Amino acid sequence: MSAPRGRSWAQLAAPFVVFVLVMGVWLFISYVALEPRRRFLMPPPQDVLLVGLLNPANLMGILAGLWSTTQVALVGLALAIGIGTLIAIAMIQARWIEWSIYPWAVVLQTIPILAIVPLIGFWFQFGFNSRVLVCVLIALFPIVTNTLFGLKSTDQSHHDLFTLQRASRWQRLVKLQLPGALPAILSGWRIAAGLSVIGAIVGDFFFRQGEPGIGRLIDDFRARLQSEQLFASVALSSLLGLIVFWGFGLLGQLLVGSWHESHRSTE
Amino acid sequence: MIGVQPALDVPRPLPQGAAALSFAHVSKTFPDGTHALDNVSLTVHRGELVAIVGPSGCGKSTLLRLASRLTAPSAGDIACPEGHLGYVFQDPTLLPWRTVQHNVELLAELAGIDKRKRAALAQEAIALTGLKGFEKHRPRALSGGMRMRVSLARALTLRPQIFLFDEPFGSLDEITRERLNVELLALFDRERFAGLFVTHSVTEATFLASRVLVMSRRPGRIIAEIAVPFAYPRALELRFDAEFAAVAGEVSRRLREGMQ
Repeated sequence: MSAPRGRSWAQLAAPFVVFVLVMGVWLFISYVALEPRRRFLMPPPQDVLLVGLLNPANLMGILAGLWSTTQVALVGLALAIGIGTLIAIAMIQARWIEWSIYPWAVVLQTIPILAIVPLIGFWFQFGFNSRVLVCVLIALFPIVTNTLFGLKSTDQSHHDLFTLQRASRWQRLVKLQLPGALPAILSGWRIAAGLSVIGAIVGDFFFRQGEPGIGRLIDDFRARLQSEQLFASVALSSLLGLIVFWGFGLLGQLLVGSWHESHRSTE
Repeated sequence: MIGVQPALDVPRPLPQGAAALSFAHVSKTFPDGTHALDNVSLTVHRGELVAIVGPSGCGKSTLLRLASRLTAPSAGDIACPEGHLGYVFQDPTLLPWRTVQHNVELLAELAGIDKRKRAALAQEAIALTGLKGFEKHRPRALSGGMRMRVSLARALTLRPQIFLFDEPFGSLDEITRERLNVELLALFDRERFAGLFVTHSVTEATFLASRVLVMSRRPGRIIAEIAVPFAYPRALELRFDAEFAAVAGEVSRRLREGMQ
């Protein structure tokens, strides 16, 4: 939707103003509120930039951790999408499948993931596999529910149209239900992607074998009071979350922007 | 002429005047107890456009769902020769992610007709419904009238023996509705299919049909059958003719009787 020019300028400027204010508060805390020997609790932004981000050795270490975490998140997300979509498709094939699986999907969602993390380590060791599994568990539910909702929201008259033409189950799924569900499916993916990043970082904290992920680095920097790198890692993790969110928004626009309202404009 | 025979199990066209659809003492009661139709008998022949008018909720749409076997009758028999049936819904029921061309191709695609052949079938239907130049548009970019044309074109692709129209123009504005009435008559005049057209507009029913059946309130029964004597093709001006007014007046009178 095209906003009037004046408003879109204001829209661009407003977050920038907030950024400047936040920087001001940050500098105030670093230099005025904290005495120098406690400044490590909140190092000033330029130190974070210089030590954490512009020092090549430090930056490469952080980026390597971030990449390892990203891989975990992407593999977990891909598995969750595959499994979740199949579960949702199975559920619309027969009522009894939906009735027997759905309550368990809800139970899965209500399990506090941190409570079963030790169990996951116990079963699957403390490396890559366990980290991926945390992502899958945390990302699965929104994929199942959104896909199921999308698949079930097909208009009755469209179903009638397909019934009149004696469409097969497969034709109905591929030519009607799945494309119609795509907007809902994509919003499920987007939620799941954000959760998957969170799951991967949580996994890093607990499953410390193999390549260290960003979560483990964050924890180590905290323990060693390397607060500039700690802050830089947190900032880059946020950036990862932002890129994922943005990337899936873009994907949605590419896939359904031409016909569906929800993905037309920038969100 | 549209003589392309679709590839698959398309039956030979019915001869003109043969029965394309008949109801014998059909009743329908829904599981919730709604008595929708009561003892309805009717026959629609090839080359004949029959309109059904009736008050809202009288079971008109149920009648079409029965004819198309989307719903089974509670009693009575329905005979409809095997073959493609064209159903034009109240809403255009287009797939929003498909272009006009691919929406029109849908039924042929579901019937397993190969790509080149169904593209050709769709092109013919698109030309017949005045959609040339809009093939690449998505439904969202079209007006209500254009969407309904796409819906008509889609129903036309497989050359059905009988068309069922479920108040297709009910939500369009007056001018668009008139134009589509004329276009539908031109199509009918050319193809001479069998048609059953449900509407609640007396004018529309009289203008389109060779016969008008009037239904009562629920449970719907057919309470009158009025022949419309005007030859096809019919021009829009016919509706301002005194003779037309007399026929429409008769339909309207019977309709009011049925609502009592």
